[in-house]
Amino acid sequence: MMLARGLGFCSVPDPFVARGFVGRREPAGSAQAGRIPPGQHLVKDFPVLSAGPTPRTPLQKWSFRIEGLVKEPASWSWTDFLKLPAQDFVKDISCVTKWTKLDTRWRGVSVDVLLEQVELDRRAAFVTAFSDGGYTTNVPLPELINGQSFVAYEYDGKPLAPEHGGPARLVVPHLYFWKSAKWVRGLRVMERDEPGFWESLGYNNHGDPWKEERYTGD
Amino acid sequence: MTEAKGDDLVLDGNAVAGTLAEIYGDDMTTVLAECANCGKVDHVGGLLAYVRAPGIVLRCTACQTVMVRIVQTPNRTFVDVRAKRMPAAPRT
Ligand SMILES: [Zn+2]
Repeated sequence: MMLARGLGFCSVPDPFVARGFVGRREPAGSAQAGRIPPGQHLVKDFPVLSAGPTPRTPLQKWSFRIEGLVKEPASWSWTDFLKLPAQDFVKDISCVTKWTKLDTRWRGVSVDVLLEQVELDRRAAFVTAFSDGGYTTNVPLPELINGQSFVAYEYDGKPLAPEHGGPARLVVPHLYFWKSAKWVRGLRVMERDEPGFWESLGYNNHGDPWKEERYTGD
Repeated sequence: MTEAKGDDLVLDGNAVAGTLAEIYGDDMTTVLAECANCGKVDHVGGLLAYVRAPGIVLRCTACQTVMVRIVQTPNRTFVDVRAKRMPAAPRT
């Protein structure tokens, strides 16, 4: 078995066994390495990436909104949002800057729960997540539903820290982490895809870590 | 690492002087850039620079509006200049 370049502590997954171990608790070693997408390395800390100042919206002024191609837009205050049915999630996350973190623990509201509150137009096909500070990212609607994404407000049993996107961030664990918009304030449902902050400047529109969809044209 | 403001990852435009010089073929830090949102004029070297991200983002010192974005991929460099006065990047 080869060693990943420059790492030493994590081995490159054997392509024939790798995916079979995803999600199972195994001691560190080949099974863990099988959960690390190509070109990524494992980290134990939680690196902070930021393209702008950390917004500090007071919770009394915070709201979460679903708008666009819905019969009636929906909006929740912070207090109302906390009353929505929440779930715990344990997910592996991969950042396009090449780190992967395993078994991250979150608590939040499934996007399925949020979308139950609106009536989607038949043309609804894409979603732009929008955030305090002006950040946007785009995800096809089918990739947000059926348990694939959530809006998190706790990380590791504590309120989500501002530098990690608190009070709330979108988490779409099966895509590169730039899709998991920090400081998220809502979802805009659209008929046509609209590239977001990074997708409009060289980053891949889709961003699947297992296909190494990092850049435009990958 | 953590400052009271929480803006612990911010540098200034001089920190990306080398990258800008590679793109423009010239020193850009003394070039003036005007914020398209609030009109504040700064030297490029004095803009706020966020570099610990998937790309480099230069922002207005007054209102934090994005003025320049740079993404370097293995094959090419993408530059988006929103600031007024500052020249668009030559084709990369
Ligand atoms: Zn400004």
